[in-house]
Order: sequence, then C-alpha cells, then structure tokens
Amino acid sequence: MEKIVLPDIENLHQIDVYVENNGYKAVKKAFEQSTDDIIDQVKKSGLRGRGGAAFSAGLKWSFMPKTTDKPKYLCVNGDESEPGSFKDRQIFEYNPHQLIEGTLITCYAIGAKVAYVYIRGEYHKWIDLLQKAIDDAYEKGFVGEKMKETFGTEFYCDIYIHKGAGAYICGEESSLMNSIEGDRGYPRVKPPFPAQNGLWGNPTTINNVETITNVPKIIEKGWEWYAGIGEPKHPGTILFGVSGHVNKPGVYELPSGTLLTDIIYNHAGGVPGDKKILCVIPGGSSMPPLRGDQLDGVKMDAESLRDVGSAIGTGGIMVMDEDTDLVKVLARIAHFYHHESCGQCTPCREGTGWMEKVLKRILNDEGSSSDLDLLISIANNIEGNTVCALGEAAAWPVRFTIKRFRDYFEERVKKEITMPVKNKVHSMRQTAFPIADITK
Amino acid sequence: MSFNFTEENLEKIKQEFKKYPVKKPVVMKALYIGQEQNGFISNEVIKEVADLLDMPPEEVLGVVTFYTMYHQKPMGKYHIQVCTNVSCMLRGGYEIWDKVKDKLGIENMMVTDDSIFSLEEVECMGSCGTAPMIAVNEDYYENLSKEKVEEILESLKHTN
Repeated sequence: MEKIVLPDIENLHQIDVYVENNGYKAVKKAFEQSTDDIIDQVKKSGLRGRGGAAFSAGLKWSFMPKTTDKPKYLCVNGDESEPGSFKDRQIFEYNPHQLIEGTLITCYAIGAKVAYVYIRGEYHKWIDLLQKAIDDAYEKGFVGEKMKETFGTEFYCDIYIHKGAGAYICGEESSLMNSIEGDRGYPRVKPPFPAQNGLWGNPTTINNVETITNVPKIIEKGWEWYAGIGEPKHPGTILFGVSGHVNKPGVYELPSGTLLTDIIYNHAGGVPGDKKILCVIPGGSSMPPLRGDQLDGVKMDAESLRDVGSAIGTGGIMVMDEDTDLVKVLARIAHFYHHESCGQCTPCREGTGWMEKVLKRILNDEGSSSDLDLLISIANNIEGNTVCALGEAAAWPVRFTIKRFRDYFEERVKKEITMPVKNKVHSMRQTAFPIADITK
Repeated sequence: MSFNFTEENLEKIKQEFKKYPVKKPVVMKALYIGQEQNGFISNEVIKEVADLLDMPPEEVLGVVTFYTMYHQKPMGKYHIQVCTNVSCMLRGGYEIWDKVKDKLGIENMMVTDDSIFSLEEVECMGSCGTAPMIAVNEDYYENLSKEKVEEILESLKHTN
C-alpha cells in the first residue's frame, strides 16, 4: 500500500530529498489551473478534515468569499492536544515540506496571502524542525515573494508559525484565531463562521495539518486516484495513533476503513500478555468508547464508526486491557476536561468539575448507584449548551462509558446512598438508607 | 525591580511584528521571551510587554493566566513536567509521577529548596505512542521506566 502522508523515504524532511522525490511539482501544477478547478478537484477527491469533525475540505474552501477586498487567511491547525493523538508531530518531523507545499496550494485555492501554522507550545522541538523547513523553502524560493520567479506566477504567500502556550481549547478553530490575535483563547459564538468573519474580521479557513498534507498528492496524482483509496465516503489514508496496552504503540498510516482489530492485533502487535481488551477509544479521549466485545468487524472511517456509536475523531486509538481500572480512566479524562475548560460557559465550567468530583467519589469507593444517573444527567446538561464543542468532548466519554459499561460501574458503587455530612441537622435528613426503601 | 528587554530580545520581538498586520498577536512570543530573560513573568514583565504592544496591562495579564506555560513565580532550573493523562497512565505514568515526587521531595507546582528542580503534572504532551514520558524544560524524555527517570534526575543533579 502506498503511503501518502508519511512515505518510507529516508531523509524526506530535507528539502533536497523532497525535491528529488517530485517535491514542489504539485504546487507548480496547481498554479497552472484556476482556483475553482483546484477546489473542485479537492471536493471530488472526497478529502475530509482529519482534525475531528471529518468535514469535506473542498467544501470548506468553497465557503470563502470570491469577491472581497479584505485580506484572506489560512490557519493550519497543529495544536494537537487531544489525549491519544500524536500524528501531526510525525508530519513536522518526517515530511514538513509536503505540509508546506499543501499550505501553498491551499493558500492559492482560497486566495490567502498569509498562512499561520499554529503549533502547541510544548512542541518546541517540532516547531524548530518545521521552522527549519520553512526557512529552507524560503531560501529556495518556494515560499514568499520569490515564488513569483520560481513558478512564474503573480501569486505569492507567506507562511508563519504561531506558537501556542499550553491550552487544549486552542485547537478549536475560533479559539485558535483568538489566540493568534493575542487574546485569551476563548471560542467565539458561531455564526458568523470563520469564512466570513475570521482573523481580524477577515475571511479565514482553518484546516488540520494532516488534511493539508494530503493536498499535494491529490493535485499531483488526480482526484480519481485519491477517491479510490479506502472507503468511498471517507477516502484516503489516515494516520492512526495507537497507544495504551499494545505491544507496538505508534502512528500507522493505513487506508480508511481498515479493520480496528487489524490495526490493534496486526499492526500494533496485539495486547501484551495476550490479555482480553476491555475497552477501546477509537478517536482520541473525547470520543465514545467501544466495548471489547464490540470490536469485531468495526471499520475505521467516519460512517462505520458512527454506525457503531462512536466517531473517528483524530484517529487516536487508545486500547485498554481487561485489568484496566475504567473508573480511574474516566476520572482522569474528566479531570482533563475540567482542567481544560476555558470557563466561558457555565454548564461546561461547572459541569466538568462536578463530573470529576463524582467520579473521584466513585473511585474512592464512596459512590452510590444514583451517582451514575447523576453523571449522565450532568453530561446531558452540558451537551449542546456551550459555545464550542468542548462541552460535547467532556460529556461524551462520561455518558457513553457509563452507558456501555453500566454493569462494570454498578459493581463499583454501593447500593445505598451515603452522604457523609458534618452538619448534624442536615445529616439527619440525609441518613443512610437502602435504595430499595425509596423505590418501594 | 524594573524590567527591560535586552537589545537582542527587543530585536527578536521587532522581527515578530512583521508576521502580523497589528502588534497585539506578538504578545505570546513577547511573554515567552520575557519569561526566558526574567525567569518568570513578573508584573514588571507584563508592564513592559504592555507598553511595547500598546496593550492595557490587564489584557496581557489575561493572556498570562490563560495559558499553562507562562509562570508567574520562579520555577526551578529544570522544570520537570510529568504527563499522567490516559495513554501515559495506562503505561505507568502515575508510577513515574510518584517516583519523581518521591525523588525530589516536592508536590505539584513546587520548587526544591535549592531551586534546581520544579515539578508540574501536565496534560497530554502528544507522546502517547512513546509513553510514559517526562519533559525537562523543552526536551522530551520518552519510553521511560522508573529506573530511567531516576537516572535522568541524577544526571541533571550532577551536571548542575
């Protein structure tokens, strides 16, 4: 199988090696065509966003206004903070020039003069690696004003890296724009959408690093070729990051629609000690988990995963063996979303904290079975009531884990309600009594 | 305790202005540079950055408090960041965390008496495939075991 994003070519990160391997040819080919043609090809190729929502990339580009005097911008999202996802750093390290080439083609297609690559602050090393690649590309005349000479076009654009400083929420597109603008990284209310009102009020497109890196190959080899790889509705290869209880964790580039069991047992080498799988989160920590007995025949693409009640997300597969303490895992996930909630919307700011507290209570063997319903009720009250999708990201794991592992959680909670309260009068009202007495 | 950027750092910040149509987006980079020069982000650093970017100091403070990588108090020479998020946790992240805590004798966000080490429990650093991990200042140490962590901490202590 041919790899598109991370091909097995040694030293591909060096500009000379990249150029030798047909590098910066696709961008030349793109400049010979009209922008509408490029957008049309990407649309027909079926390329879908790799950042979580799996939205059609070509369609997103077509939302950019054609007739406007305002400057347009492209943001390349390399914030990559979703627990379980570690694919973009591979691109920065092993194939940065294809990312740069993809950025150039995208800028041309949407008419942007400036692209900002937003990379999370912790990735110091990878920021340096990409900056080196960008500097090399500038020097060779592939980026910046020199492009005019190199490619013989009127179009040119600049690529800058914007370094984050440690905030998960900045991976959300509107929050990312606020962060670039120098504000606190609060998500914005949509509409207006970024294509109308983005960076400094100008039309802006935000794409994931992996999405952009696919673009040059689509232009080079044609959309028909790309559309023929993997599942027809979600074509191309996907970078699957496998972590947790597997023998060979790592990033595997495979066609969409590859069987989940194939990825875990063949590519990632199976579970250590041949243990059974208790639970798999297929797309990063915010996606609904799958039970170990539910994995057979599950294909890794947006539609197939939706059918089994989960989502592709960022393709970060987290595998947990039968000895895993699922309550501990869920409490850790809840802690993460509580920590990362920006605090703008009350349901998320407060709800994530409540969920964490209740889960910690269960973890300390002080939970009662009504806590499970309480958790689901909190999750339901967060979902849909927040400005951005962090609300869903926090609510989904709690709601679906409890729903799908109810038996597991029931065993961890007591059947009676115990409310350890210090106030005497209050505690008289809340005396411990068996749950059966209430339901009688 | 006034704070002024060095000539060299001022030049670095001026270079950043070229990237954006307005001055304000440079605030994140300017704060990084200020933190590096001063060791942490004091009120004086905030004031200096605000003056430089024509921003109210309150807004700069708002940026500082939003992000976890800006520190408003001095950290150790080696800032040890241990990831305990799910992928690391499944592969022993908390054992590493306990080991580091034990070895340094400090809790989360504290600094050792000799100011050499400080400790922070961090969220996912993107090392899920090479878990568990710690980061020392800007460098990642991956695929760790308790023994390896001990070695790393020892060698840092001695190079000091």
